[in-house]
Amino acid sequence: MRGLVLGGMVVAVVALAALLSLIWTPYDVTALDIAAKLRPPSAAHWLGTDHFGRDVLSMLLVGARVSIAVALVAVGIGLAIGVPLGLVAAARPGTLVDEAIMRGNDLVFAFPSLLIAIMITAVFGPSAVNAIIAIGIFNVPVFARVVRGAALAIWPRDFILAARVAGKGRARISVEHVLPNLAALLVVQATIQFSLGILAEAGLSYVGLGAQPPTPSWGRMLAESQTMIAFAPWLALFPGLAIVLTVLGLNLMGDGLRDLLDPRLRRRVGP
Amino acid sequence: MLRYASSRLVSLALSLVVASAVIFLMLEVVPGDPASYMLGLNARPETVAALRAELGLDASPLARYLAWTGGMLHGDFGISYAYRTPVAGMVLDRLQVSLPLALLALALSTATAFPIGIWAAARQGTATDAGIMAATQLGVAIPNFWFAMLLVLVFAVRLKWVSAGGFPGWDAGLWPGLRALILPAVALALPQAAILSRVMRSALLETLGEDFVRTARAKGLTRGQALRRHALRNALIPVLTIVGLQFAFLLAGAIIIENVFFLPGLGRLVFQAISQRDLMVVKSVVMLLVVAVILVNFLVDLAYVAVDPRLRRR
Repeated sequence: MRGLVLGGMVVAVVALAALLSLIWTPYDVTALDIAAKLRPPSAAHWLGTDHFGRDVLSMLLVGARVSIAVALVAVGIGLAIGVPLGLVAAARPGTLVDEAIMRGNDLVFAFPSLLIAIMITAVFGPSAVNAIIAIGIFNVPVFARVVRGAALAIWPRDFILAARVAGKGRARISVEHVLPNLAALLVVQATIQFSLGILAEAGLSYVGLGAQPPTPSWGRMLAESQTMIAFAPWLALFPGLAIVLTVLGLNLMGDGLRDLLDPRLRRRVGP
Repeated sequence: MLRYASSRLVSLALSLVVASAVIFLMLEVVPGDPASYMLGLNARPETVAALRAELGLDASPLARYLAWTGGMLHGDFGISYAYRTPVAGMVLDRLQVSLPLALLALALSTATAFPIGIWAAARQGTATDAGIMAATQLGVAIPNFWFAMLLVLVFAVRLKWVSAGGFPGWDAGLWPGLRALILPAVALALPQAAILSRVMRSALLETLGEDFVRTARAKGLTRGQALRRHALRNALIPVLTIVGLQFAFLLAGAIIIENVFFLPGLGRLVFQAISQRDLMVVKSVVMLLVVAVILVNFLVDLAYVAVDPRLRRR
């Protein structure tokens, strides 16, 4: 419970920072001010400036927006495709459709996700949209598998039998009776995938395949700071801390939500 | 067991076919022709056509797919478009970095995660357990490339114990080679170790609740003895699954870390090949990594069933 509150607060702060960046940042992130380059943290620039004199705090705020947007839409893709697949597979277990969906899942899992994400973004050009697609694809089998597993446990229950006696079809039962019972599970899984998405986005933009300049992103800030780490360590420190805090907050929130919504659900700790 | 293995073997072959087709199709839609890309803008059309013929690019997609997969089956991974050398040789070169790196990271991660997970499970509910769990939460949340940068800052820039990147090659001797791989391996191992300790702990706690552990306790064993003699062995099955998956992940997932440390590994090879439009390299290396993942999964599945006969009836 404490974890949920703490995690929720951290996530709320990051989300507010991202929203704030839409209307206000301390400095303009596209304005270069070479005279004020590489300043350590001070009253004027709370988190210092980079080699172009850009304000690190302002860049972090806009970077939060990019990270959250990419991870959120990627989770949306996973939900939108994965949940229907999982429901269909569970409605007709053991059939060809179920087999095909599950084998397809296994196949996607077999691809080294980061490598494929890099391939997709490199082939179709680096951009935030392609990063979203690359991360989103790997969310699909996660949701499909989780939904199928949980839905299989719901189908034999009495209220489903009642619905079938009342003449409802499998599709309608899936949507009206199975899906609402999966809400808690989906919220928890979405939180976990969201945090993995933040990490993946940071990795992709670190190798230059995320949002493109001049839009700041946490991963690229880290990449740019690498050559200056010896004399400007703050440039490497703050974006990293931003990533860690966000991911930590989301993980704490996910764990807390799981305990709160359904104590019986045990989190699958995957690689 | 044999029946189970053969049915798994069929699905293994099927996944390999589908995976190769997916990779092939994915790279078919890449805009631009490798031959004209290699020769530049001013190349004469005849030259481009000749090169296309030499590389086998003028054949139909199906013929090229069959030539590629058929070649891979007996170790011919095609010719690199950018360097005109066999891809197999390039891969072997890079494996000399990637394989030791993955093994070192895996060794570090298991060597730390096993005792930590066991320790936490043995002290379940105490402050020690809570502390370990909090530390693993942090370990999971730290991006490995950022951790790598911090390691470089401390151990290469400040303390100057190791160099900040690059790889001297094994010809320079075992120690210089290992020294170059230590920081990358530690960076790779941290999140893996955090995940693995959590898995170890939860698997142990699960078996500690089983009847045979209660029986062992009833016979007079202490909690620690029951844990070591009975619970640990049974808890190892899920843990070993994760170890297998992590190895496959480390082999392919080191790509960003290899970039941080300028290590000439497989990941960096693919990364460079993509930017050079060297599609034959991309295709073959990605396929090789997918084969590795699928094979590891297959072996883990078999090992699982060999250890636990109850799983044979599916």
